Amino acid sequence: MVSRDAQLRQGGASLDGGRLLALLDRGIQAMFDRDTPQEAWRQVVRPGEVVGLKVNCLAGRGISTNPQLVEAVCERLQQVGVKDIVIWDRLNADLESARFHVKEKGAGVRCFGNDTLGYESELATFGSVGSLLSRTLTAVCDTVISLPVLKDHGITGVTMALKNVFGAIHNPNKYHLDVGNPYIADVNMLPPIRRKFRLHLCDATTAQYEGGPSFMPQWTWPFNGLLVARDPVALDATGWQIIERQRAAKGMKPLKEMKREPRYIATAADANHRLGTNDPKAIELVEV
Amino acid sequence: MKDSMGREKTLRLDLTPDGEAVAPAGVRPGAICDRRAFLKTASLPCLAACAGAVAGTHGLVPLLAAESDAQFIREAQFYEKQPYRKIKCKLCPRECVIDDHERGYCGVRENRGGTYYTLVHSRVATAHIDPIEKKPFFHFLPGAMAFSIATAGCNVNCKMCQNWEISQVRPEQVRSTYAPPERIAELAQQNRCPVVAYTYSEPVIFYEYMTDTARAAHEAGIRSVVVTGGYITEDPLKKLCKTVDAIKVDLKAFSEKFYKEIVNGEMKHVLNALVTIRQQGTWSEVVYLVIPTLNDSDAEFQALAKWVKTDLGPDVPLHFSRFHPEYLLKNLPPTPLETLERGKAIADAEGLHYVYIGNVPGHPAESTYCPRCHKVVVERAGYTVSGVYIKNGKCRYCQQPIPGVWS
Repeated sequence: MVSRDAQLRQGGASLDGGRLLALLDRGIQAMFDRDTPQEAWRQVVRPGEVVGLKVNCLAGRGISTNPQLVEAVCERLQQVGVKDIVIWDRLNADLESARFHVKEKGAGVRCFGNDTLGYESELATFGSVGSLLSRTLTAVCDTVISLPVLKDHGITGVTMALKNVFGAIHNPNKYHLDVGNPYIADVNMLPPIRRKFRLHLCDATTAQYEGGPSFMPQWTWPFNGLLVARDPVALDATGWQIIERQRAAKGMKPLKEMKREPRYIATAADANHRLGTNDPKAIELVEV
Repeated sequence: MKDSMGREKTLRLDLTPDGEAVAPAGVRPGAICDRRAFLKTASLPCLAACAGAVAGTHGLVPLLAAESDAQFIREAQFYEKQPYRKIKCKLCPRECVIDDHERGYCGVRENRGGTYYTLVHSRVATAHIDPIEKKPFFHFLPGAMAFSIATAGCNVNCKMCQNWEISQVRPEQVRSTYAPPERIAELAQQNRCPVVAYTYSEPVIFYEYMTDTARAAHEAGIRSVVVTGGYITEDPLKKLCKTVDAIKVDLKAFSEKFYKEIVNGEMKHVLNALVTIRQQGTWSEVVYLVIPTLNDSDAEFQALAKWVKTDLGPDVPLHFSRFHPEYLLKNLPPTPLETLERGKAIADAEGLHYVYIGNVPGHPAESTYCPRCHKVVVERAGYTVSGVYIKNGKCRYCQQPIPGVWS
């Protein structure tokens, strides 16, 4: 589901909070075919669950998950009875650089990095990967909503839903070889990740087509949208094509010619993984 | 020395605030622990006096406060600046191209605003006093005790890594202690260690700390030895050879396929490094960890022995070491003794003079034999040296030169 709003910024640089909430609502309602956002969110979470919001703050202010979007998600979750929300990423410092406020304790919405609770002590393994998982994921969250950003990546091609889970492992730096293939797909197969990541909301309010993962303002553009999916493979496949179209529009070579075609997306869809589909014929792409 | 599971055991020594080695509280002197406990519970009270932290591992352990990280950070060597605040690391053959805010494959070197930094200078994750034979060095000061240190990090990811709990983590994920080079030299002196060893994880990735410490140690009359996988580019390696006294290289296999699938690297770079070390005249030894079904064929042993003889020379010590299941290779059995003996027989037949079997305490192939008269010139069992029959670098019996550093 791709929801867009050309008026999201009302002509300025900052997002209109009301329009952003409406954008989110349209995407979620269309995703679950419900008449109200609350009914739609009830298909994702249950009252009393601890819901993790895995954001992407590596690049700091500029091309990280927008706190306003996270605020909108929190508002809707609380309306459907979720009282305990954890906004999380790798490091407290990363969160703060993206304008989130670290709050490790207390009721309601907390916000902290993996450095608060650390990692499990036993390895989780699948295929080519062996990693320690974040205890925020394994011991705190019942379910996770992934909030990646629509942007390219200088090594792996793109970084969206499938790669956002790298924030849940202790050793992501080991898994960028060979354009992240098959590592990114294999990390997504680790049972707690596969089981708990239920919904993917890709922040495409501002997107980037070159120079990622760092913030390169000269290569960003206001896509003014959200990509909503339960299937992370379909989301990444769709997001990749959005980036390729923008690159082409700007006269840039496709990622394959730059030797960073994100082949891990196809691997994630293969018979050994079945994490979703990258087949354009099987992906129902709806714009709202 | 092994426990009932075949795991390596190590004498654990704690160090007092004055740097003296004592058995830890609750542990009787001479008590031993397995490798995992060894790495998890290494306690450094004397180093901790410098910074109030204790070496250990991750899990539920809270990490050091961010503001304390500054003391570990130095600008890195061996890198190139590139457009758009990227950098290209030149320390190891990966030559990682790293965006702003990102780290290289090793996890301990980071790009900050287009300048590259090491995050582990003086950041000791584990420190122990080990016999030098444990490294193993068999032709370098036999019987000497080595003050052995490591930081977090590694530039490969071997599936059989015995030290993955410090090598495969980022520095903020393991408790560390601030121990500047001069302090390491001082501790080595206080504990009567004539050698500092850079070991356990991968010292290439803490290059700046290693070389600074080696220089400080030399000023105190202490030598330095390096235990490495050899994944380093030529320029830093040549500089390293001028700074340290011996380098032992773990050659993981003699096949590119193994290096790709099990090590996540390329063998050719390690072979190049071994040749460079020899050419530089730095003492070197080679360890080949024999892993059942993966690198234990006759053909591979043959190719290895031939290459060592031709490219390094028959006098380079070659250790065939027994594998024990660990990390991501727990599905394989320990190496059968007959496999190690087969490898040794092939290497001996090829004409190598000093071929050892490691991790099999008490095996006769732990001792050093004169290649001419075949008498024992260094008698060993496990890590214990019970006799050295070398005088002025020569066999005491027949005067055959025995290469090595004997005093």
